[in-house]
Amino acid sequence: MTAHLAILQVVLPLIAAPLMILMRRATLAWLTAVAASAAALAIAVALYARTRDGQVISYAIGSWPPPWGIEYRIDAANALVLLLVSLVALVVALYSRRSVAAELPEEQHYLFYAMYALCLAGLLGIAATGDAFNIFVFLEISSLATYVLIALGRDRRALMASYQYLIMGTIGATFFVIGVGLLYLATGTLNLADMASRLPDVQEQRSVRAALAFITVGVSLKLALFPLHLWLPNAYAYAPSAVSAFLAATATKVSLYVLLRFYYSVFGAPFVFDEVPTREVLIALSLAAMFAASVVAIFQQNLKRMFAYSSVAQMGYITLGVALGSADGLTAAILHLFNHAITKGALFLLIGGIALRVGSVHFGRIAGIGRVMPLTTFGVVIGGLSLIGVPLTAGFVSKWYLILAALEHGAWWLALAVVLSSLLAVVYVWRFVETAYFEKPDAEVARLKEAPAPMLVMSGLMIAGCIYLGLETSLTVGGASEAAAALLRGWR
Amino acid sequence: MSPETGIGAALLTPLVGAFLIAACGRSPNLRETVTMASAGVLFLLVASLVPAVLDGGRPALTLFEIMPGLALHFEVEPLGMLFALVASGLWIVNSMYSVGYMRANAEAHQTRFYVCFAVALASAIGIAFAGNLLTLFVFYEALTLVTYPLVVHAGTAEARRAGRVYLGVLVTTSIVFLLVAIVWTWQLTGTIDFRSGGILGAEIGHVTAALLLALYVFGIGKAALMPFHRWLPAAMVAPTPVSALLHAVAVVKAGVFSVVKVIVYVFGAERLAALGSGDWLPFLAAFTILAASVVALRSDNLKRRLAYSTVSQLAYVVLAAALLAPLSIIGAALHIAAHAVSKITLFFAAGAIYTAAHKTEISELDGIGRSMPVTMTAFAIGSLSLIGVPPAIGFLSKWFILQGAVQSGHHFALAVILGSTLLNAAYFLPIVHAAFFRAPPAHDQAYAHGEAPWPMVAALSITALGTLALFFFSDPLLRLIAPLGKSTG
Repeated sequence: MTAHLAILQVVLPLIAAPLMILMRRATLAWLTAVAASAAALAIAVALYARTRDGQVISYAIGSWPPPWGIEYRIDAANALVLLLVSLVALVVALYSRRSVAAELPEEQHYLFYAMYALCLAGLLGIAATGDAFNIFVFLEISSLATYVLIALGRDRRALMASYQYLIMGTIGATFFVIGVGLLYLATGTLNLADMASRLPDVQEQRSVRAALAFITVGVSLKLALFPLHLWLPNAYAYAPSAVSAFLAATATKVSLYVLLRFYYSVFGAPFVFDEVPTREVLIALSLAAMFAASVVAIFQQNLKRMFAYSSVAQMGYITLGVALGSADGLTAAILHLFNHAITKGALFLLIGGIALRVGSVHFGRIAGIGRVMPLTTFGVVIGGLSLIGVPLTAGFVSKWYLILAALEHGAWWLALAVVLSSLLAVVYVWRFVETAYFEKPDAEVARLKEAPAPMLVMSGLMIAGCIYLGLETSLTVGGASEAAAALLRGWR
Repeated sequence: MSPETGIGAALLTPLVGAFLIAACGRSPNLRETVTMASAGVLFLLVASLVPAVLDGGRPALTLFEIMPGLALHFEVEPLGMLFALVASGLWIVNSMYSVGYMRANAEAHQTRFYVCFAVALASAIGIAFAGNLLTLFVFYEALTLVTYPLVVHAGTAEARRAGRVYLGVLVTTSIVFLLVAIVWTWQLTGTIDFRSGGILGAEIGHVTAALLLALYVFGIGKAALMPFHRWLPAAMVAPTPVSALLHAVAVVKAGVFSVVKVIVYVFGAERLAALGSGDWLPFLAAFTILAASVVALRSDNLKRRLAYSTVSQLAYVVLAAALLAPLSIIGAALHIAAHAVSKITLFFAAGAIYTAAHKTEISELDGIGRSMPVTMTAFAIGSLSLIGVPPAIGFLSKWFILQGAVQSGHHFALAVILGSTLLNAAYFLPIVHAAFFRAPPAHDQAYAHGEAPWPMVAALSITALGTLALFFFSDPLLRLIAPLGKSTG
């Protein structure tokens, strides 16, 4: 049984999805989704525990040995991503019951949970697999499920947002598969480890460089690297609350993992950063994301859109760490990937509570919300402080390492850019603080109550996670540095 | 109780107090009793650490590691001991004053006020006892955030604007300069502990040290060195007890305390003097002393004048520390205490005038000494102490700073201190003169208001007497901070 953990990680939620379609009952489907997420989390913990000492788990599907068969290959890097995704999935699944009941018509509930499980299976598959084409397959599974989930949003603009993401996501996936095809042409293999060992011989071929470019652009679309982020704000803003939280915490993070895997394990950092001007391009785009997206966030009228733009900015920090190309930079990037996922997941869960009660997350409607929903509002403030990077929150730890990595790299101006752009976060977070606490609630808002207990508990847990990861960092800092070491070691 | 538990208990007491205050929110009497009790217990706990520190001990407490090699670590040394004593001692008096002020002015959200106050004190104690830069930074940021609700207490548009300036300046400086300075120090030396003689080794060059010092000095925005002083006058929009304890004692002293601490324990005064990387700092401090005094002179609003006077007096501490002479560093420490008791008296008086007479402008205070004799006498004592007239503690600290200036050969510092003494006299004495010797405006109600409620009058009398008492019984204080001079050679 334990030998099959790697495949069970993906297959359990994958099977859960059609089961829910057969059940057709909202409560049963929800219970199944919770069970599938809980099982995924248990497996992810087990896998993570095994890979901590630098061990690599290789699983041959159908006992076809790699590189002929599809291989699942798990090391400290993707074990951490699997842990993150399944952890968030369980929290959001537990949270989603009340939120989905309020936002979706009854007859769509089981479909929602089925799509949720499918999306989870896709994301876990991307992270677990060691096969380039398999990544594409799971990318499509998760993307298609995501399009449906976004389109379920009750605002009619959700359809437009979903369509927008469909077009952009398909372009991204196409670019990715073209890149994979070029690599297949050059190396004759789809197994990532095998590909990595063959690439040095064909590195000089122009098609390999083209493959790097295609994969970079394709994956960057999915991870919303500025300026390929245009799908993200609408998708996050109009999707059902639970979906926004789940996507914000996982989808872009998994895509970033794919980028890291290709850069460090397949192409190898020397090729990516020294042969091709990836570093310069990534640094420029990261800085643009950090500043432009934060400035845009300041001027948003919709709370969810504001935090969505903030996500684009925060992805800039992560790609900045990647672009430094050093072990410290990579550690900082993976650390922030984890910490930001928890922070932003928590924020969107809390905002889901506001959306449920107020019916809108427009700044004009949530004035004075701090008086009627004190716990939720205070939670958003804590999450905001973590975005800013105030000490004793998760955001501070990742910012510390990012500044340290920039200084180690001798790039004091990048350190300065990191701290300056956090000031923009102060501005947009404080806009919420002033609206929530200093303005008088209108008669309609004044009647409202605190969010329902189950939602409050789950979002509270995530916010507590933000604080916990700011105090106890052996899991995140340790995990991130092991993941960075595993990536730098490569799969050759 | 062992000193280690004492540190933990001192940090915990105001936090537990805050929790209890929140729990007793419905019963004002109980709530304010809890505040007073927390203040009293905190002071006793802090005082219990004094014997160990006097004997040369450095009680320490390590909570846990936040990041590998970076722990929340506390270590009590003389300077922190002094700061903690001042902050916790004045919290008792200030709580008494707050009760009178908040009730007499029927302020809203009083529970929030007392809760934030208690947490602010916990942060100040955390700063005072911080054993490394990370711990200092954690509590420094906490102090900024927890005082924000106090500054915007009124909730008016004006308060919100002031809150933005307050938060804007303090957060910007701390994130952009201080955080980078701390990470840089960690990257250069592999440690961020405070150590006697400093932690920056021989590999740090002149330019690097100068840059780093600038990042620290400007990063510690709470020290209100120009041009990052604007938050302090903005914070005057807060209720007067906040201005008194936080923006004359806890917050601003946390700023100059951190500057002194960085100079003495991160750079090392001797090493900094040898490098010459801090030679520019006395000039910046001197400019702030004079410029802020001039602004104070031109302000008619009493609290604004006091605020700019604080900016100027804080720069005294920075100047004294930047002279890098053993005696001037003792003077810096002493001035932290001297300015605290003197300035809190002045703010108490300003709040008493506002409560009793509803006056905020200096030009309205003619003859007010006749109806509020106790308040204005206390005001006069506080003023004289800040001008540096014996027998008040302000004389003593100025004396040490002057000696330090002579010792270090900075004669321009002598001139600056003498000039600013004249300016101090020029902006304080007219207030005292107007209060006692000018005729009050000739209408019936001029004398009617009398003194403020008794808790306020009692509080300001205690601190006024304190400025005198500290002068006559300064020996324990000097014994406590004497090692600061020794450790610098």
